Amino acid sequence: MLKNLTFSKGVRDGLPIALGYLSVSFAFGMICMQNGLPAWAPILISLTNFTGTGQFAGADLIVAGAAFAEIAFTVLIINMRYLLMSLSLSQKLEQKMPVIKRLAIAFGNTDEIFAVAMRQNGELNFTYMMGLILSAFSGWVSGTVLGVFASSFLPASLQSALGIAIYAMFIAIIVPAAKESKPITRVVLIGVLISCVFYYTPVLSAVSKGWVIIISGVISSALGAYFFPLKEEQK
Amino acid sequence: MNTTRILCAVVLMALVTYLPRVIPLALFKNKIKNRFVQSFLMYMPYGVLAAMVFPDVFASTASFVSALIACVCALVMSYKKCGLMSVALSAVGVVFVCEYILSMLGWV
Repeated sequence: MLKNLTFSKGVRDGLPIALGYLSVSFAFGMICMQNGLPAWAPILISLTNFTGTGQFAGADLIVAGAAFAEIAFTVLIINMRYLLMSLSLSQKLEQKMPVIKRLAIAFGNTDEIFAVAMRQNGELNFTYMMGLILSAFSGWVSGTVLGVFASSFLPASLQSALGIAIYAMFIAIIVPAAKESKPITRVVLIGVLISCVFYYTPVLSAVSKGWVIIISGVISSALGAYFFPLKEEQK
Repeated sequence: MNTTRILCAVVLMALVTYLPRVIPLALFKNKIKNRFVQSFLMYMPYGVLAAMVFPDVFASTASFVSALIACVCALVMSYKKCGLMSVALSAVGVVFVCEYILSMLGWV
């Protein structure tokens, strides 16, 4: 199983992520320029942060002249979901992997990379993860650069169309797994239900997406774990 | 805009993005044995992804109709186990064509 997880498979698995990232990071670069940030700022942010919502919120606050504490707190809240994902990913990595390599992988643990990594069979090795991360990261950074320097490069119609790429990819991860497993189907439906309740209920819709993801993820998988605990052989 | 201020803010942002990603990976080197926690972590990606996609996917393009049609297309293709790349590209294509038709009809 592990032999299949090569660097080049990582790069290939990262391509759909890179495609989805193009539109998001393109928009990020463009919006930063429109808001009057210097060209190096959005590029440096994409190079060092490598996250979606957090970057948009952070850049917004920089432009608004917010205090450092406010910037740090807001971005941290948005990013709390990574605690969950990294915990889950920590159990999927080769146990013998040294800490230094884990520190490198941590930088690239975005929602999308996490999702693609977790659907692989068996334990994850460092080489595969680097292929996956580098491939997605190059899409993220080049999209930002394009957005900064060539705002007219992508026509609006194509930008709109690319907006769905990441969601379609997530659907392609969820559906086959749900098809194979009734418990996963139920976890997915509960997750969607909770997320929709937050989205469409007047007062609850004020809760930021970062928290909604954490709340939906924790409740749905805790229910799944309680009612459908894994059998020994599934571990 | 002050260069030092922006630089400091970017460093802070990078820090609060990296910390939640790195702490669990650095701390939990050994396999967790507890059956509930194991099950929870197995289900977690799906619960999280589901909440990320719905209902936000319907607001991800210029029109609800194009997103809805592309979403149905992605669901059907995923059910037939098409790969991530073909599902993603097809959804992008469907949105593009839909919005072209909608704009011809003057609906967008």
